[in-house]
Amino acid sequence: MAEKIATLTDDRIAYLEGLVRQGKTAAALFTQFTQEDVDRIVKAMVLAGIGQAQNLARLAIEETRLGVLEDKTIKNMVATEFVYDYVRDKPSVGTIREFPERGLVEVAEPIGLIFSLLPITNPTSTALFKCIMAIKTRNAVLFSPHPKAWRCCQEAIRIMYEAAVKHGAPEGVFTCVESPTLPDNAYLMHHPEIKLIDATGGPGAVRAAYSSGKPALGVGPGNTPVYLEKTAQLDMAIVDIITSKTFDNGTICASEQTVVIDDEIYDVVLDKFADLGAHVCDARETELLGRMVIDPETGFMRPMAIGQKAADIARACGLRVPPETKLLITPIQGVGREHPLSAEKLFPVLSVYRAKSVDEALRVCVDLNHAGGRGHTAVVFSRNDEIIRKFSEAIDAGRIIVNSPGSIGALGGVYNDMVPTFSFGCGTGGGNSTTDNVNLYHYLNIKRVARRTQAHMWFRVPNQIYFNMNAVENLRHFPSRSAIIITNPVLEQMGHVDTVRRSLPPQTPVRVLAIPDAEPEVKVVMQGVEALRLNKVDQIIALGGGSVIDAAKIMKLQYESPEADLEELAAPFLDIRKRVVRYPAGKTDPVRLIAISTTSGTGSEVTPFAVLIDKERGRKVTLADYSLSPDVAIVDPQFVMSMPKGLTADTGIDCLTHALEAGVSIHASPYTDSNAMQAVRLVFRYLPIAYEHPGDEEARSMMHNAACIAALAFSNASVGVNHALAHAFGARFGVAHGRANALMLPHVIAYNASVPTKFMPSPNQRAYVAHKKYAAVADLLGLGGDTVAEKVQKLVAATEQLLDRLEVPRSIRDLGISEEEFARAMPDLSKIAFDDPSWRSNPRMPLVSELIELFWSAYRGRSPAKPAAVVEPVVALEGSLV
Amino acid sequence: MTRITIDRNAWLSEALAKVEASGEVALDFSAVRRIDASVIAGLEKLADTAESKSVQVGLHGVNVDVYKVLKLLKLAQRFSFAGDKIASGT
Repeated sequence: MAEKIATLTDDRIAYLEGLVRQGKTAAALFTQFTQEDVDRIVKAMVLAGIGQAQNLARLAIEETRLGVLEDKTIKNMVATEFVYDYVRDKPSVGTIREFPERGLVEVAEPIGLIFSLLPITNPTSTALFKCIMAIKTRNAVLFSPHPKAWRCCQEAIRIMYEAAVKHGAPEGVFTCVESPTLPDNAYLMHHPEIKLIDATGGPGAVRAAYSSGKPALGVGPGNTPVYLEKTAQLDMAIVDIITSKTFDNGTICASEQTVVIDDEIYDVVLDKFADLGAHVCDARETELLGRMVIDPETGFMRPMAIGQKAADIARACGLRVPPETKLLITPIQGVGREHPLSAEKLFPVLSVYRAKSVDEALRVCVDLNHAGGRGHTAVVFSRNDEIIRKFSEAIDAGRIIVNSPGSIGALGGVYNDMVPTFSFGCGTGGGNSTTDNVNLYHYLNIKRVARRTQAHMWFRVPNQIYFNMNAVENLRHFPSRSAIIITNPVLEQMGHVDTVRRSLPPQTPVRVLAIPDAEPEVKVVMQGVEALRLNKVDQIIALGGGSVIDAAKIMKLQYESPEADLEELAAPFLDIRKRVVRYPAGKTDPVRLIAISTTSGTGSEVTPFAVLIDKERGRKVTLADYSLSPDVAIVDPQFVMSMPKGLTADTGIDCLTHALEAGVSIHASPYTDSNAMQAVRLVFRYLPIAYEHPGDEEARSMMHNAACIAALAFSNASVGVNHALAHAFGARFGVAHGRANALMLPHVIAYNASVPTKFMPSPNQRAYVAHKKYAAVADLLGLGGDTVAEKVQKLVAATEQLLDRLEVPRSIRDLGISEEEFARAMPDLSKIAFDDPSWRSNPRMPLVSELIELFWSAYRGRSPAKPAAVVEPVVALEGSLV
Repeated sequence: MTRITIDRNAWLSEALAKVEASGEVALDFSAVRRIDASVIAGLEKLADTAESKSVQVGLHGVNVDVYKVLKLLKLAQRFSFAGDKIASGT
């Protein structure tokens, strides 16, 4: 039972409780009804309502003494016929909308018992409208009409109810409070069985509804401004305004209140109003009307005028006008309490204002809008789209009616394609929860059934990759008006630049820019860009390791798009498809970037990544976008034959890490898996040979291919936590990237193969499969083992053996870093590793404590714990290798 | 336990009589697609009586639409929904 209201007797409470019980039972029973059931009932109700439209209008006028019979009849027709036209084909039971391409379905759930207030101004039409909405949506309604419109409302509800029940609706689906009082309303608004309050009424009723703590639909008051701009079709505008403002004697709250008229047309407009039956008041009449129809205490209209004829109002105020006068026009000079007729007037008194300019007109419309009408309705007459746009942006109104009557326009479905309604949402400006024309969807809880969708995946690589010994000769296929070779001084001394130059088409103008052999700095890149500009370059040949190729990628970006802000482009992101920052769009005359790698590790010749050092700010900037990928990659082993042993080992393990991390990444796909697996196979087979026999051409060639193939995989599947750890550790202790990766790798394999503390959200993964993918790698390498766990252990052991063979230190401790120093660094290391975007594609989400544990495992050295429990996947990844 | 099917007019009087005699009752709803206000009123009365006699009334074969109505009216909690199969006989 609701909170007991002091002024209600026990009998009255029992009476109200009985109404609630009936409605609650009906609402519950109604949930069993089908779409066919409700559509059948709605049609019967609509026909019954149409048949009684005039009788109900007559009853309303007799009881309320407001409005015009003919207009109220039309309103009753609109509330039935037009509303039916809108709802007839709309699903409202079960599935109401489907979006198969988005995997979304909307399912309707009735609200239950609605408590609904009905107004004095539009009593029967609003009752008819709400009854139809309720049945269409399988809700029950307990009505409380305005006390001075109770009988006509009750009759409208009775007609609807009898038609509904006759055609199968549950008994008690509509009930109506007899002789309702404010305490009745307060009691019901707080009743726990009332699920929604739909308050169409005065500001007090709406405020009470929203104050109840219940979900509520409340409509606010209006004060519709109209801008009559000089380009408007005046004859049409004036007829529309008179039609609207006199409709039902102005009782619709969306009707025009003040017309702001451009100076140039002001006099003509007033003459036309007068010609069509309006009386233009002089200053004395205006002042008199203002005192009589607006309460100076409150600033609101007096009830005596609401819904009355113009001539009757004039007579009551002591003005002498012809009895057939349609409208009283009252010129005003401003807005606010000192200009009483600038307030809302639900009767045929229309204020006018002469505006000297568009700006003044818009300002006055805003003032009117904010003088009691925010969120409601506004009207503009103009043939200038720019004026209409400005007006729409300036005015806070849920309905901005263009070149048509405000009141009938706002009702929807007659002059425009808005939803037909008798309840205008006024948004937060009017203290409401919606700006919509209230309709059947506001009477439903709409449930979204969201099916799992798979994110679109991709496999993006450079257009052309040339590989094997002397692949550089393919440069002859790329003519250029002006080429530049970006390289480093060592490679230039080694004669590699000459080899490249010789391979270019004859007479290609080519220049050489040798940059330091280190991760590129901003300064170096900008010097390179200047060289590109000076030489009007159309082809860049990057000859070098990752640093040189990365520098060339950024030079190309800045050369083609000088406006590109590297700082902004480096902003972190979670999903490349949804990143905040967009890279410059493709150029009409792009520069060709050809990348020739001289190390077998980073794979930068095919990746969409580039790293830049910002020395001034002491930070490293990572850029990632497929527009950075080189256009052509040349993987020619002649450039790596003389790589030193240490570099061979470090870059080779970097390549292995790329392949293994791409293999277990949450972005892995059958396309990346094939590359990842092949790269792993090549590394295990050829890296030891290349390390121990540097002159072995086949081993060098295969390792060079392996680096590129692994890069194809991680360019599309990304890397994982191993790289996050290595980036943090390498930067802090000055350890080469490949070596840092190597120190982490066995520990990370064991870590990823065990049951995650936290799974990584990923719609493309249907089960946790990292351990199975490692096992598949073990199978590929022929390592043996019967179970997944055994195979993972074999892979860890094989990786350790490979590292031993490459003479990679067994632990961070072996690098000469003391335990104390490492412990001191740990807070920074763990923080930086956790901030590193690399792990965002790792199969398990690392906790900071786990990152710390991994760092310490790597510090202590290679004796990783055997993988703990192994997850048995429910469903293997479709199309993956397991 | 007495089995009573809800497709006969006399289901309520039969069920009430049995409950009055402190006998357990199982109401078979398997043929019921939709219920109306009279069934609700009957179930309320039956629940009142059963509670006063400390007798359990089981509803069987209740489809989800009907169950939802009972749930909304807080009637579901007054009955048991042990299973959809009812042992035959009394």
